[in-house]
Order: sequence, then structure tokens, then C-alpha cells
Amino acid sequence: MSMLEVRNLRKYFATQKAVDDVSFTLEKGSIFGLLGPNGAGKTTLIRMITGIFYPDQGEIFFDGKTFDPKNDVVNIGYMPEERGLYKKMKIGDQAVYLAQLKGLTHEKAIEKVKEWFIKFEMQSWWNKKIEDLSKGMGQKLQFVTTVLHDPKLIILDEPFSGLDPVNSNLIKDEIYNLAQKGSTIIFSTHRMEQVEEICDHIILVNKGKKILDGSVNGVKQQFKENLFNIQLNQSVSASSSDIFDVISRRNNGLVVKIRNGYQANDVLKYFIDQHAGILSFNEILPSLNEIFIKLVEGTSLSRQFQKVTV
Amino acid sequence: MNKIWVILKREYKTRVAKRSFLLMTILVPLLIFGFYAAIIAVALSGGNEKQNIAVIDEASLFDGKIENKDNFTFTFINEASVDKFRDEYRKQGFTSLLYIPKFDLNNPKDINIYSETQIGPVTKSRIEKIVNNAIENKRMIAANIDPAKLNNIKSDITIENPVGKGKDIKKGSADVSSAVGYAAGILIYITMFIYGMMVMRGVMEEKINRIAEVIVSSVKPFQLMVGKIIGIGAVGLTQFVIWIIIVFILQFLIPIIFPSLAHSMAAAQANTPQAQQSGALTAISQGLKYLNFGLIIFCFIFYFIGGYLIYASLFAAVGCSVSEDQQEAQQLTLPITMPIVLAFVIMTKAAAEPESGIAVFGSLFPLTSPIVMMARIPYGIGSTVPWWQLGLSMVFLIMGFLFTAWLAGKIYRTGILMYGKKASWKEMWKWAFKS
Repeated sequence: MSMLEVRNLRKYFATQKAVDDVSFTLEKGSIFGLLGPNGAGKTTLIRMITGIFYPDQGEIFFDGKTFDPKNDVVNIGYMPEERGLYKKMKIGDQAVYLAQLKGLTHEKAIEKVKEWFIKFEMQSWWNKKIEDLSKGMGQKLQFVTTVLHDPKLIILDEPFSGLDPVNSNLIKDEIYNLAQKGSTIIFSTHRMEQVEEICDHIILVNKGKKILDGSVNGVKQQFKENLFNIQLNQSVSASSSDIFDVISRRNNGLVVKIRNGYQANDVLKYFIDQHAGILSFNEILPSLNEIFIKLVEGTSLSRQFQKVTV
Repeated sequence: MNKIWVILKREYKTRVAKRSFLLMTILVPLLIFGFYAAIIAVALSGGNEKQNIAVIDEASLFDGKIENKDNFTFTFINEASVDKFRDEYRKQGFTSLLYIPKFDLNNPKDINIYSETQIGPVTKSRIEKIVNNAIENKRMIAANIDPAKLNNIKSDITIENPVGKGKDIKKGSADVSSAVGYAAGILIYITMFIYGMMVMRGVMEEKINRIAEVIVSSVKPFQLMVGKIIGIGAVGLTQFVIWIIIVFILQFLIPIIFPSLAHSMAAAQANTPQAQQSGALTAISQGLKYLNFGLIIFCFIFYFIGGYLIYASLFAAVGCSVSEDQQEAQQLTLPITMPIVLAFVIMTKAAAEPESGIAVFGSLFPLTSPIVMMARIPYGIGSTVPWWQLGLSMVFLIMGFLFTAWLAGKIYRTGILMYGKKASWKEMWKWAFKS
């Protein structure tokens, strides 16, 4: 069953079609990557899902029912990109306060905060103030305040910015953990290597429109260019043939592009027939980074302001 | 509703726990009290120094006798000449030398008082009075007027002002009503500024710290705004309550610290003949009795809350439209501070002329009524301020608040999530009415 379904969502501002007819579905327990260049409309989309904005058009279904911001926000944990905390407030009080705003009682909130502080080894922070924390520590605290009310849907906008590798891993593990326990996670970023590592499912938005939707592997298959890497035990003077084009060569290695109508096996057969010793043979799949650049490139880098007529 | 309560509690607690709040609440009244105590102490102790004055009276103005009063002692020197005695009076134990040469009664001049150091203004005016009285006496005798008779003819009355109809007549004092009205108006003016600004800074803090979006994903922006405004308003009320308690305690302390002041106050209250010299005090205590303090305090709290709510929502709207810069905030607050200043100007007039047209208008218009109405109320509700005006003013104030809260809520909803640039008034207008 789907955790979240978005149908034909639309939000126009005075000078921008911020989100223009976007639909997608999120399975329970999945980790979902929401990708897009700066100003693509990701934040607006998220703000509609979190009930901060009302969509101009379209529907949102949360956990099978029509999304009702008033009651459903307690089941959402949102860590925005523009995030921060009260500088002068004690860390423990602050976490408890934010949990209370999510509908937890005071006692329950204290209990939960303690639990998470122990998990992240932050017990000694309780009476410190935010201004005493480093940026990374603040980030960690922010993550804790986002998830401590056990939300069904967790939305993280650039969660790793400013974190060192150790703390990045800590949070990454926790994201897996939460997904395993049944939380659904939306992960918005433009750091593609993290998306490849973490996400099951991605969509790519650009200029307010969805331009790509699928599993990470599916998307890669969709954009593969039939490139293969062959490592041989001797230098071969092979050049392009009927079966393939040589794209590049380096020492005993070749990168080839298979022509239409041929299979990988045909390439192997060709080299076996040449009596070349094959050390390795593997397909080169495009990285998400390359796909991203390919799709977004060519469109003007920054969005132009336009007149919107509704 | 529950969430507004959580927000309200946080806003309240963080501010009340601050050291600056304690300082403001306890130190300020103590400082003001200390200041007045110092003034009173100086005023009471003034002229306590012994004045031993030598008099050379060549004009026989005093006929050889001046009444020694309080700390003034006069000694007539008959045998010495001025020029010689001027160098000697110090040695003989006098503090100064009053020299009255022979003079024309119609044109007295060259009356001098010689001293080593400058004499104080109190001493100087006392001596001037004594000399003037003596000259007046001489002139009266020259004109064949009996000074005793003249004293009987002289009149010195104060006009009393009974207000009301039938049995309800009370004695009022325009001066006291005006002073109380003025004080109440200024108090509302200052607190509206302080707490309105506090709301604005709180909103800006949330925006600059980037916590606004985190919170807005849990609660509605309107809830956040209302919680903040009420929480800070509660801080203000707490401060008032503490101030009232402190003033109440100090009232008991003053008689202990200044027994002589307490004595004259008591005399004034009893209206005994001994109190005639403190006629002003009598008038004040009578004027205070005329005031209906219960009603004034009730109206004060009502107008404080109403005025605060109106301006706090406007200040919140400004706070959310500013990006980072304190200076931007100052520019944007100008249109809000102008009506407050205008109200203050009208108030100064209303405290003197409570029934003038501008005062009536100012006390009905919700942006000025909290300050202006408070200046009129001490003159008497039901008389100077008709009940219908008070009622209408309160209804307008509540309607005004509902309107500004609605307006500010709309601006706030958009503004709190806008980063990077300051909103112009045009844009804020659009947020309020077009979305």
C-alpha cells in the first residue's frame, strides 16, 4: 500500500510555475529520492506535502486517505534545508518543545528525547545551548528533533550538509533503520552519490515538471548507452568493427560501444576469435550524476521569471 | 489550541527567566523610587544649615528687630561701619552680612548681602522676602494704611469643584485627573512600544535562525504568531503585577523612611488647621479620593491588552517581512510607530482638554484609543467620558484587533518563509489581500 500519493499537484506563484502537474507514488518503507537542480520546485513540492502550502490544484493522499494537514502533520517529520534552532534555548528543552509541537505530551516528549540522546551519545548536551554547538552537532540535533516523534513519513532536505563522514554514516545508518521499521523517507538533495547509495526510488524534477521517475537501477538501465569495459592480457590493435565502436583505449583496456542489433556475447566472441585473453568484461552503467547532468543540461541553468496566467 | 498553549508557555518562560527581565521588573521601580527618595530627602533637608547673619541697618528698616526663625539668626551691628566690618564678620562668627544703606522708600537699591561663598537660593529668597516685607510695611505706614487691616482684607482661597448630580456629588481636582491621565497614557505608550518591539524581535529571531520553517511544519503560522503575541503580552502583565506589588510595598516604606513627609501627609488627610501650609497636599489627596481607581485599573488593563494586541500583530507582520537586517526593520516600523506617536500627541491635549473634538476622536479610533482614552478616563466615566463613548471605543478596539490580527496573519504566513530579501509594502499588501 502506498504511504503517499500525489496526483497532478500544481502550485503557481506570481512569477513562477513552481510545481506544474507533478504526480508520484511512494511505497511504505521505501527511501525516495527527490532530485532536481536549484529552483526546480523541490522545496515548494515538499511544503505542500508537509501542509505548509495549499496546492492550487491536485490531490495528496496520505496513508490511503485524503491528506488533512491539521491531523496528519503529527505523522510527518520535516527537516528543511533552511533549518535552525533557538540559539539561546537549552538543547534538551528545545527538543522537548519541538516534540510537544508534534503533539507529544510533556512526559512522553522527555522520555523520547532521552532515548534518542542516549542513542546518539548526546546525554551531556541537555543543558547546553545551541550557540555552544558546532555546525555538525547542530545538524545531528536537528535530525533527532525531526524523527523523535516516530513519524510515518520523514522528509529530509539535504540532511548531510555540514556533517563529517563519521556522523554522516551515523545518520545514514539511522535512515536505513527507520526505513526498516516501516517509516517512509523522502530524501531531497543534489548530491547524487548519496542518492545512488541510499535510495530505492527517485524522481527528478526540473522547472516544476517531473522529468524522470523510477527505481535507481531502472533509471540507469533506461539511460545506458551499451558501453562495455574490456580488460585484455595483451595489447590489441583492434579498431571499430561491425559489432562495436571503440570509444577509448588505455594500456590493455578498451571501452567499446556495441552497435544496434548485437549482444555483449558477440563482442566476447570477437575477442575470443582474435585469441586475446579476456581478464574482465563489464557493462558501464551511467551514474545518476551523468543522467542528471544530461537531462538538466541544455535547459537554461537558472530559471527565468515568467508571467503566469492561471 | 493546545499547541498555542505550548508556544505561549515557551515564549513566556524564556523571557521571564532572563536576567534582563528581573532587572527591568525589580530594579526599575527601585531606581525610580530611589530617585524620588533622593529628591524628597534633599528638599526636606534643604536650608538646615545655621545662618548667623549680621545686619547693618543704616535705614532703620527693621527698627532693630527681626524675628529669628528656624535656623536664621539675625544680629544687629550698630557701631561698626560697613567697610570695616566686611573684613571682620567672619571672625566674629557670622556666616554673612546684610547691609541696608539709607535709601529712598520708592526706589530701594544697593541692599547687599556679603558672604565668603555664594549663598544658596533658598537662603537668598528667604532674606529677600524678609526685606521686602519690611519695605512694604514701611510704605504702608507712609501711606497711612494699617498693615493689620490689610492682612484681614487679603484673600487666599482655592476653588473646589464638586462633580455630579444629586447625592453623588464628589469633589474633583482637574490637576490630579490630568496628571493621572497623563501618567496612564505615557505608561501605555511606553509598554506598547517595548512589548511590540519585543514581538517583532522574536519573529525576526525565528526567521533569522531559520527555525520558522521547522515550526511551521508542525503548527499553523497563525498559531505560532498568536502564541508568541499572547506569551509576550503575559510577560508584560506579569511585569505590571510585580510593579503594582512593589509600589504597594513602597507605600508602606515611605512613612518609615521619611517620617516628616508622612506627618504632613497625615495632616493633609485629616484636613486639620495645622495642615494649612500643605494646602497642595490637601488638594491632591482630595483629588485622588475623587478618582475611581477600580475602574481606572480595569480600563488600563483592558486598553493595555487591546492596544498591545493591535500593535503586536502589526509589529509581527513587520518582523516577518524583514530578512536579516536590523536597519530594514527600522524603516518598516516607521508607518507603525507614527500612529503611536500621533496618539501620544493627542493624549497630551486630551489630558488637558478631555472633551475637545480631537480627544473624542482619538479615544474612539482604535489605533490611538488605548493611549488617548486612558488620559480621559480619570476625569470621570459617566460624566466627562459618557458611557456610550467608552463602550464604542472598546468595541472599536476589539474590532480593530480582529482586523489587524487577520491582516498580520496573512502577511506572516507568506513572509515567515521568504528568505533573502526584504519585502516592500507593495508586496506585503499583495500577501495580505491577493493570496
